Amino acid sequence: MDLQNVPQDGNKTLGGYRKAVYARDAGGHIVVAASNGWEVEEIVTSQAVEEMRSLAETARQNAINGLSSTLEYWMYARRMDLLLLAQSTGIWRWRIRRHFRPEIFARLSPGMLKRYAEALGLAVQQLQRLP
Amino acid sequence: MTFPHHRHAAHCESGVVSNLVCHHGVPITEAMAFGLSAALSFAYLPFIKLSGLPLIAYRQPPRSIIRGLGKVLEAEFRFETFRNPAAGQARLDELLAQGHVVGLQTSVYWLPYFPEDMRFHFNAHNLLVFGKEGNDYLISDPVGEQTVRCDAASLSRARFARGVLAPRGLLYTMQKPGVSTITSRAARKAILKTCRTMLAPLPIIGVRGIKTLASRVARLDPAAHRSSLFVGHIIRMQEEIGTGGAGFRFLYAAFLQEVASLSGMGMLSGFSDRLMLIGDGWRAFALATARMVKGRDALNPVILADLLRDLSRQEEVFFRDLKTALN
Repeated sequence: MDLQNVPQDGNKTLGGYRKAVYARDAGGHIVVAASNGWEVEEIVTSQAVEEMRSLAETARQNAINGLSSTLEYWMYARRMDLLLLAQSTGIWRWRIRRHFRPEIFARLSPGMLKRYAEALGLAVQQLQRLP
Repeated sequence: MTFPHHRHAAHCESGVVSNLVCHHGVPITEAMAFGLSAALSFAYLPFIKLSGLPLIAYRQPPRSIIRGLGKVLEAEFRFETFRNPAAGQARLDELLAQGHVVGLQTSVYWLPYFPEDMRFHFNAHNLLVFGKEGNDYLISDPVGEQTVRCDAASLSRARFARGVLAPRGLLYTMQKPGVSTITSRAARKAILKTCRTMLAPLPIIGVRGIKTLASRVARLDPAAHRSSLFVGHIIRMQEEIGTGGAGFRFLYAAFLQEVASLSGMGMLSGFSDRLMLIGDGWRAFALATARMVKGRDALNPVILADLLRDLSRQEEVFFRDLKTALN
């Protein structure tokens, strides 16, 4: 990649940051150049972000309709999945899956709620509600 | 309070370690740190999942740059992990009070200064802390152009995030600087090590790993939503997460060019040019993939797999020739 080909596409996903890339200057030296983004990266990052947003949105609808607990929504809202939530809380996956059932989630002990809330960076009251 | 050795870097670990070594009086570039620690690689690890997608890495595992460079420079780094966040923070404060610049491994997700769309649960980020003012830590995060601040609670959360590659509060300091000149011999040894990795007789590592990934891509169902996520994920690992372009290939080319100025290493400048061209090939692969993800072209796994196979072949020839040239 030559210096004049370093993309400056102004990626929204970079939030104003510029990243360092390596490119060749006119003299053939490879130097560090600051890039405010390449569209290719914006496409794949937006895809990943969008995927998580859509999982959270589905979980939100399920929580509204009483099909799932708010825990499932918050898990996706924090960009986690079942495996990561299990690792972050030390609670087995099958138990978490059970806690996705609204009637079971409603009966959780304060200690259990606190574990979830801490792993998700929330207050317990937030965890029990949708935003 | 400022940190004069903050330099903008492509990759967090090579950036952190080169800035830290500079701080201790040994002027070294990011590319040199990356190359000397033999950090270039390729690994496709389908049994380790990040958000349900396989781990694809264009470099050696976390911490290997720090350890590798420490070995080459005969410098000494001290690593410490902690059972609980309070002890981790107390130790960090103690080291800062003693005037140390401290390296940390953190999660990206819990760092508030990161752009929203870049905050994923990736646990092997590296940064340097060079001071504390009130409740804020002063941070030199080399993937940013400027130093930043981070409040104590957020930093602690980022240091003690759990999951794959959990940092467990890892912090490191440089104990003694070691040698300050880089010899042709050390560079040659590091390059041969990278050649060995890239040509390793294992199906998931190096050029064979690229080939295995190609076969996996070829089997993707073009109609499935998951297939598009899979190929998009490859490109994120290659470009977006801070590789300096083309999955570290440009960074390694910069290293080869720098080494070419050492005595008896002149032949490496031609190899540097060749690797820049291979890197352009990786960028073309990224572009073709992104067009399919965006729907500008129809998702065609066979075309992408062919591009990957071609890159695997090119790198195989490249690293064979490089090895021969140094032996």
